[in-house]
Formats: sequence, C-alpha cells, structure tokens
Amino acid sequence: MLDDFFIRALLAGIGLAIVAGPLGCFIVWRRLAYFGETIAHSALLGVAFAILAELDLMIGIFAAASLVVVLVYMLERQELMPIDSLLGLLSHGALALGLLTLSFFPTFRIDLHGLLFGNILAVSKQDLLVIWLGGTIAIATLLWIWKPLVAATLNEELAAVSGLHPDRTKLIFGVLLAAVVAAAIKIVGVLLIVALLIIPAVTIRPFSASPESMAVRAAVTGLAAVVGGLYLSAQIDTPTGPSIVLIALLAFVLSRLALTMFRARKPQNP
Amino acid sequence: MPQESEDKGIKLVSATNIGVNKGGRWIFRYVDLDVYEGELVYVVGANGSGKTTCIKTVLGLIACDEGSVWHAAGLEIGYVPQRIAVSPTLPITVRRMMNLAGRFAAAQIEAALEAVGLERLGDPQITTLSGGEFQRLLLARALIHKPGLLVLDEPDQGVDLAGSDALLELINKIRHDLNCGVLMISHDLDRVMEPDSDVVVLIPHEHDDPLASYAAKPVNLACSSQT
Ligand SMILES: Nc1ncnc2c1ncn2[C@@H]1O[C@H](COP(=O)(O)OP(=O)(O)OP(=O)(O)O)[C@@H](O)[C@H]1O
Ligand SMILES: [Mg+2]
Repeated sequence: MLDDFFIRALLAGIGLAIVAGPLGCFIVWRRLAYFGETIAHSALLGVAFAILAELDLMIGIFAAASLVVVLVYMLERQELMPIDSLLGLLSHGALALGLLTLSFFPTFRIDLHGLLFGNILAVSKQDLLVIWLGGTIAIATLLWIWKPLVAATLNEELAAVSGLHPDRTKLIFGVLLAAVVAAAIKIVGVLLIVALLIIPAVTIRPFSASPESMAVRAAVTGLAAVVGGLYLSAQIDTPTGPSIVLIALLAFVLSRLALTMFRARKPQNP
Repeated sequence: MPQESEDKGIKLVSATNIGVNKGGRWIFRYVDLDVYEGELVYVVGANGSGKTTCIKTVLGLIACDEGSVWHAAGLEIGYVPQRIAVSPTLPITVRRMMNLAGRFAAAQIEAALEAVGLERLGDPQITTLSGGEFQRLLLARALIHKPGLLVLDEPDQGVDLAGSDALLELINKIRHDLNCGVLMISHDLDRVMEPDSDVVVLIPHEHDDPLASYAAKPVNLACSSQT
C-alpha cells in the first residue's frame, strides 16, 4: 500500500494536518502569522544545511527553523526594534541566504519548485516515518504545555504571576512550529505552509466555544483540506500546496456563507 | 524563608530601594516596601508616577535596575492588573477562565463568582463582558487560588460606585478570612487614609510634587520615594 505515491502523500498530509490544526489556532489567537512566515522562510536554508551535512531534508529544515526560533526569542528580549521589523530582517535574511546557498548546488540535486509549492511525488517511506514519529512527539509536547500555553495566550503577565513560565512555553511552541514547517515542506511547500496553519483555524473560529474544541475542529478542517487538495492535485496534475490551500479557502468561504444564511434565518430577538 | 517580625507576623514580600530605568529615565526610584500577612499596603501617586511599574517590579514581571525584591518561598500571588488586552479570537468562557491556571470544582468556581457578584452571568464568552464585569472576573480568578498575597492595580476602576464599595469591602473581608497580604494601587484617598493601612507614595520626577498634600495628611507612611 505504501508503494503508491498517492497513499504516501495522503498519510504524510494527514499527519501534518493533525499537528498543524492546534498550532494554527495559537498562531491566530496570538497573531503570530509573521512569526510563522519567518520560520517557513528559513526552510530553504535548512535544505542547504541538509545537503551540506548530508542529513535528512526534514531534519536539516527542523534544525535551521529551530535556530531561527531561538534567535527570535533572544533578540526579542533585547527590545532593539519592534517585533515585526525584527521578523522582517530575519525572515528575508534567512530566505536570501538560503536561496543564495542553494544556487551553488547543481540544479539536478534540488527541486526548488517542489520545495516552494509541494510535490505529491516527493514523499518517501522514510519521510512518512519521520513525519509520524515527529508528529507523535509534537502532539505529546503540545498536550504537555497546553495549559500554560493557553494561559499565556490569554495574558502573559497573569500566566507569569501564576508561575506558568510563559517565556519557556513560548520557546517550546516555536520549536513545535519549526517541526511543522519541516514536515510540511514536501506536501505544502515553503510558501504556503502558513496558509495551512491559519485558514482552518479562522474557518472554524465562529463555531468554537473553547480553545480545545477549536483546536480539534481546526485539525479536522485541515485534514479535509489536505485530503481534498491532494485528490485534486492527483486528478488534474497541479502542485499540491496551492491545491490544498485553495480547498481550505473554499471551506472558509462556504462556512461564512452558511453562517450568514443561518443568521439571516434566525428570528430577531423580541 | 518567611521572616518573623515582633509585631507584624510573617513577611511576604520585601522590596529594598528599588528603581526602574527605561531609556535613561528613572520611572520610579528609592522605593522600599514590605508586605506582611494580613496587612494592607496602598500605593498612591499621580497618573504616570510609576505605580503600575512599581508593583510589576515587586511581582517580578519587570526586572529592577536598582535595589532588590524578595519573595517568601512558595508564596502564591493573585494579581489583578489595571488593564489587560485579551485576544479577541481566543474562545474562552467565564467559567473556563477560572480554571486557566489550576483545576477547581464547579462549586468553588461558583463561590468565587458569587463573591464578586457575577453568579447570575451564566457562562458567556469573556470577550462579551463589560469592562466592570471583566474586572470582577479578574478578581474572582485571583481569589480562587486563595493567594497569600493579593496585588491589585486600581481594582475599582470601571466598577460602578455601589459596586466599588462592595468590591473594596470584599477585598477587606478576604484579607481577614485568608489572612493574606494586600498590595493595592488606589486613587480613593478617603480609603487610603484608613488607620489600619500602610501607604507608599510615589512622587513623579517631572511634576512639581503634586503629592505633597497626600504626604501632609496624618497617614502611616511606610516610605516615600524622592527625587
Ligand atoms: N516600558 C516603558 N518604557 C518607557 N517608559 C515607560 C515604560 N513603562 C512605563 N513607562 C512610563 O513610566 C511612567 C509610569 O507609568 P505607570 O504605568 O507605572 O504609571 P501609573 O502610576 O501606574 O499611572 P496611572 O495612574 O495612569 O495608572 C509613564 O510615564 C509611562 O509612560
Ligand atoms: Mg497604573
């Protein structure tokens, strides 16, 4: 069964969506979209790492992305500049450095288009192993920091006074995000990974009353988008990343249409 | 380690000669402050004199650039900030908010909400609360942990007049029930003058000592900052 490239892509995408759903919720709640982009943009640098050190591609990306997370964490405390300026520097710095380094390698060794937009043919059996093993560790870690992370999301100072160490929690969350970026590279690609994090969470927000229910629903929504997008990609031979994101966007539009229709039909309060 | 003092009981926090400097300017400086269990300490001062910064330093949220802060080991602190920004996209209900930093039985949550007068609210999303309701919820959240020290930054702000009296009475009741220390910022000078409280006065640098009149009143001045 795993010999079928489509099944491999599907299993990798499902593993990715399950982790991306809850993490995407925190990106929406904490307005970390640009932070997510910054980590994603460091992925190409990670590819260069991996080639140079002859590591697994995803391990290389995870290492580079984690490095950027730690860098953001340390520089943010210096209060040298506003956080978005800092992220702009790091994000595009890492992207430029990554592209430049990759340009030194012969083109047959890297599929730049695939790295940017995802490639349904790219997932190997070893990738599947890494994604599901890493995904299990990521979910376990997320459950472990769930309470302090939600508390710090509501308010960092209150969390700190309650002894919940919001700084430490934030750093661990960043490393989890780095893992998602690494896992996403083959399925969604560097340029669209943040969309897979954000769109499911935003889609499901009006239908959720608690952080936990929103996290689970975002995972399910993302899963549907991945399955639908991969199917579309296989049928009409499109890059996987854009296909998945478009399906997610479609789900968003439909949910909002449903919401407006439901509200219009509801009788006004007397 | 808690320190005993002959008349005041166990010391909870102690700040010695603390000051915070931002961008070359001292926001406040030369402040000494102790809170013992069961004691009520007010921090007063004009807008911008550094009261909020001062208690955040005492809480350990801001590092002091001068002096030192000491906490009793294992001290549980309940903090009600002056204003907090909560994420409008985070779905959290009132009751869930009470469980954010601990796990409490429904009856305990009910009791804490009742203490601040929110028992009839139901369980709405916190983003739909009014400013005063949210302030009360923050207080309920601080109380449910039965803190050894309660730190309140203008808790009556945005609460209606009758509610404000009730709120401060409640805080006093809690102080006696739990025998906890209370460190409170307030602009309500009539209350600050009450005989059983200590007062810390912060005097801003760039103003012409607008608090001289406070200090002239017969209050128990724990300390005052000078420029
Ligand atoms: N991080 C900071 N950097 C620079 N200046 C700051 C910083 N934090 C506070 N300030 C300044 O320090 C002064 C004191 O602020 P603070 O919030 O402590 O005052 P406050 O006494 O609580 O006032 P209020 O009565 O209005 O609540 C203000 O002038 C404020 O602008
Ligand atoms: Mg203040």
